[in-house]
Amino acid sequence: MVLAIILVLLVIGSVLFHFLSPWYLTPIASNWGFIDDTLTITFIVCGFVFVVINLFLAYCVYRFRYSKDRRAEYEPENKRLEWWLTAFTTVGVVAMLAPGLFVWAKYVDVPEEASLVEAVGKQWSWSYRYPGEDGILGTVDVRHIDAKNPFGMNPDDPNGQDDVLVSGSEFHLPLGDPVKVLLRSKDVLHDFYVPQIRAKMDLVPGMITYFWFTPTLAGTYDVLCAELCGSGHYNMRSRMVLEDEADFRAWLATQPTFADTQTVQVATVSGSPEEQGRQIAESQGCMGCHSIDGSPGVGPTWKELAGRTEELADGSAVIVDDAYLVESIVAPNATIVAGYPPIMPAYQLDDAQLAALIAYLNSL
Amino acid sequence: MNFRDQLSVKPWVAQRGLVPSSRGFSAATPKVTLGVFLCIASVLFGLFIAAYFIRMGYADWQSIPVPALLWLNTVILIASSIALQWASVSARRENPEGVKLGLYVGGGCTLVFFVGQWLAWQQLQELGYFVYSNPSNGFFYMLTTVHALHLFGGLVAWVRATSRVHRSKEIALSRMILELCAIYWHFLLLVWLVLFGLLLAT
Amino acid sequence: MAITDVAHDAVDYVRPAEVAEEELYHPKTWLGKYVFSQDAKIIALQYSMTAMAVGLIALVLSVLMRLQLGFPGVFSFITPDAYIQFVTMHGMIMVIYLLTALFLGGFGNYLIPLMVGARDMVFPYVNMISYWIYLFAVILLLASFFVPGGPTGAGWTLYPPQTILPGTPGADWGILLMLVSLAFFVIGFTMGGLNYVVTVLQARTRGMTLMRMPLTVWGIFTATVLALFAFPALFVAAIMMTLDSVIGTSFFMPAIVSMGQTLDYSGGSPVLFQHLFWFFGHPEVYIVALPAFGIISELISVHARKNIFGYRLMVWAIVVIGGLSFIVWAHHMYVSGMNPYFGFFFATTTLIIAVPTAIKVYNWVLTLWRGNIKLTVPMLFAIGFVFTFINGGLTGIFLGNVIVDVPLSDTYFVVAHFHMVMAVSPVLAVFGAVYHWYPKITGRMLHEGMGKFHFWVTFVGLYCIYYPMHYLGIMGVPRRYYANEGSTGLPDWIPESAQVLNAGISIAAIVVASVQLVFLYNLAVSTTRGKRAGDNPWGATTLEWQTSTTPPTHGNFGKELPSVYRWAYDYSVPGAKDDFIPQNVPAGQETGDAR
Ligand code: HEM
Ligand SMILES: [Cu+2]
Ligand SMILES: [Cu+2]
Repeated sequence: MVLAIILVLLVIGSVLFHFLSPWYLTPIASNWGFIDDTLTITFIVCGFVFVVINLFLAYCVYRFRYSKDRRAEYEPENKRLEWWLTAFTTVGVVAMLAPGLFVWAKYVDVPEEASLVEAVGKQWSWSYRYPGEDGILGTVDVRHIDAKNPFGMNPDDPNGQDDVLVSGSEFHLPLGDPVKVLLRSKDVLHDFYVPQIRAKMDLVPGMITYFWFTPTLAGTYDVLCAELCGSGHYNMRSRMVLEDEADFRAWLATQPTFADTQTVQVATVSGSPEEQGRQIAESQGCMGCHSIDGSPGVGPTWKELAGRTEELADGSAVIVDDAYLVESIVAPNATIVAGYPPIMPAYQLDDAQLAALIAYLNSL
Repeated sequence: MNFRDQLSVKPWVAQRGLVPSSRGFSAATPKVTLGVFLCIASVLFGLFIAAYFIRMGYADWQSIPVPALLWLNTVILIASSIALQWASVSARRENPEGVKLGLYVGGGCTLVFFVGQWLAWQQLQELGYFVYSNPSNGFFYMLTTVHALHLFGGLVAWVRATSRVHRSKEIALSRMILELCAIYWHFLLLVWLVLFGLLLAT
Repeated sequence: MAITDVAHDAVDYVRPAEVAEEELYHPKTWLGKYVFSQDAKIIALQYSMTAMAVGLIALVLSVLMRLQLGFPGVFSFITPDAYIQFVTMHGMIMVIYLLTALFLGGFGNYLIPLMVGARDMVFPYVNMISYWIYLFAVILLLASFFVPGGPTGAGWTLYPPQTILPGTPGADWGILLMLVSLAFFVIGFTMGGLNYVVTVLQARTRGMTLMRMPLTVWGIFTATVLALFAFPALFVAAIMMTLDSVIGTSFFMPAIVSMGQTLDYSGGSPVLFQHLFWFFGHPEVYIVALPAFGIISELISVHARKNIFGYRLMVWAIVVIGGLSFIVWAHHMYVSGMNPYFGFFFATTTLIIAVPTAIKVYNWVLTLWRGNIKLTVPMLFAIGFVFTFINGGLTGIFLGNVIVDVPLSDTYFVVAHFHMVMAVSPVLAVFGAVYHWYPKITGRMLHEGMGKFHFWVTFVGLYCIYYPMHYLGIMGVPRRYYANEGSTGLPDWIPESAQVLNAGISIAAIVVASVQLVFLYNLAVSTTRGKRAGDNPWGATTLEWQTSTTPPTHGNFGKELPSVYRWAYDYSVPGAKDDFIPQNVPAGQETGDAR
């Protein structure tokens, strides 16, 4: 009796939870409404089965509870019933699979006219590349990657010279046109994930993966990483701004091309030294590991770092001054703070950049 | 009753009462066990080979030269297989001398095969084909090692067989283990031929 | 045992079992009897206790993870690294070292020989070795907590390249220990598994035809076959990854710039690893599920006093599910960057599996229909299983249907789904099975009051943990996240209320975890203080309940092996005196005394 009641309550509770819970799909910002529709179909079919079978289960538990004076029925098989159930299940399955495959066929078929953007992942930050005027992305290779050429652009490829490189914490896309997002990883698996566009795909080092979507809803969206990629996985973030064509063009024009980054020392940062430092820190991906509000991360927090006494892995202690800060940036594994893994990459920055960073760090 | 009949009965009505035998296979249990094990080993090698083919599809693959010595090793392995078959047949014919001869030749050839494989490794390394130089090299060393380890496991059974042949006067008692050894060697020979063919063909 | 060739074609004489009692190895010393025992029943207990001990560790790890998720930042010793290490070890231990070992090594060893009417496994010595190798694998695994860098934090899927690169905790020692431990587990398991399979094939007692076998045996048998064929894939992947890590081959490793350093790897394929892993990983789900299916069929039939409905279809469903489980693996890889056209194939095969699976559920429920249901503790767990399994099975359809998986993959929807099917459901089956067979193993009943308390908190608690979790996933919260708040703050689509829900889930998890102590207490105390059970307390038909002594002694069945005259589900047969007829009662004697 109790069991039957609890089962019924769980069924009712589950259904109510489904309709009342404040946690459901985010407002969609792409053309993939089809995906939501398939999800809804699946919910209807599965929800129906869930409710019916479990209520029947509860009914049986109640109706056929033990009694000394009764014997269970002896019924080894019922071919007809079994066939009916099988057929009925098959129909339900087809009702879910068919629309699913139909939408998948669209998903794998990238429209000819889709524009290109490349998202590049590394532990634990994102950067982006646009094909520039010629509409062609230049070739890249891991061997070309260094501090001056973080994208690994092939310097001899004319198609690459006008590629627009965005190593900030934000990238933009125009509304209304399909985009093919090419995905490339420099180190490990990542996954480009913006819940509002529904589509997602892994970044796999050694190959280029892709997916496509059409932005439909203006706004700023968080980009997350959805494939475990190490210590800073949860913190591998960036932002995607969807805006109308004109705003997008204007923004794109402010971003440097590959040729720019190789020839002149473009002043991609501006403002006070602290502000410049902040921008450098963001574009270099420091925030993947360090917090500025004191919350724990992969590396020590930057909050009130200057002047603090850090305990080192070898047992000694050091007072954080400018020299220590510089060393920690250009040769991070020379001294390791106790309790943290030696995984920070060495950064090759020029003196001006270093100075800006130190100013920023001291200001926190 | 065979499998199919067993599976199609209505268990609650048909055949109430005692049915004579319920063994799955009429073969002796150790043989069935070996059979199942060989299936597992086949899956293992099959998966290695599948991985080999998939990895081969990538641009950096460069075939490894096959040392001529491997031909000789193949012949030696064939010889050991034949010798063990001989031992098994001799046991059925109650011929202790033949059993011993087969066992010793078979075991000896297997040891020679190990040495041969090792020499082939040396040759390749002298030519600069190290495990890590190219995935094809990696596969070569890995597959030969896994194969050799299986053979080595066979040698454990071989030692038991030899000691049993020596201990008991009745050769019939060793019949089963000799037969198992022979089957196992044939299987590993087959695996080797497949692997060798794979190396030659790619 | 002696390897002899016996003539088997003599129809009038059938050797009852491969191992006659006089051939069994009889231990003389205490050590030989309880430690280096070759008796499958003792080995079963060794397997079970070891598995439960590591399982407890994994449970503690899950509580630690829940503490972090429910109350982020409060427990400062849980760093981002520690968190993913917990995730990894928890997942790996639960799936492999607890459930696989418990269902096959534990229940398999105990139940197969008893249920098919054999004296022991066909190769008792190999069986013993299998356990010791398993124990060694467990020790290696636990050792990784104490090496520099700690255990690996690569996720239980161990995807390269990150698994062996410095950005992941435990990338040098932890991962090696994990890989070596897995390799040993596979070797040990293969020894045990050969035994289970061959025992079922060859050592059934007289009259125990395949279609008279209890479904428990069918489930464990099929799961073992799956495991024997699936584990080699893990083994291959582990070897190749070890070589990549230690020697520097490039099987799985492409050209990489890791932490600013260009590495020597080039050309390898991380996706190849994923194929190998899931070729093992998907059948692994069924390695855990099929024994649970079998056990649940048994429990439902016994305690509903009714024959299992559609026995033959149940057997076929088990076999078909087992077979199909080898051609669905890439449904774990829809967004992995593999050729997208594979999606069509794998979505179809995956949804086809839904049909036999649904049949199993229907038949359980139809067995209850017009039954005479005793709500004993094992039955409570069995019905709990059916309920949670329906839920988990249905969410599997979401994830199998390729396009629906795209937004849901790698979110908490996945975490909730696989816990519902391969954590909650099998664990409920394990509990049910323990309450059911404990009387046979110890001769005493478990305390019923404690059992019911244990059931209610565990069942309702687990449902409350995992059901709401699906909705976090639908909203988009990614899995394997140390915290939702990152350098860009909390994503604006995650409302504050989500944190409240997380805290609630964590509290439920802590409650459920603590209640397991009641269970352990019950297990311990009942060995001496439980009610005496007698030989057949539930009135069950299968052979293990027909032994002359409880617990069964060495050799299981005394002087003579039982002969089997009927299938395992003769409950409430019209005209029979009792509402059950044991399998060893000859036709025509049903009306007399059942034993
Ligand atoms: C009280 C019981 C349990 C609780 C509270 C629990 C909790 C958790 C949590 C919090 C995670 C990490 C989620 C994430 O960050 O993505 C997790 C992962 C996991 N759990 Fe459990 N779990 C429990 C029981 C089990 C059982 C019995 C199994 C056996 C199948 C299991 C298998 C897994 C697996 C395979 C993972 C994934 C590991 C990975 O992502 O690498 N869990 N669990
Ligand atoms: Cu990532
Ligand atoms: Cu799967």
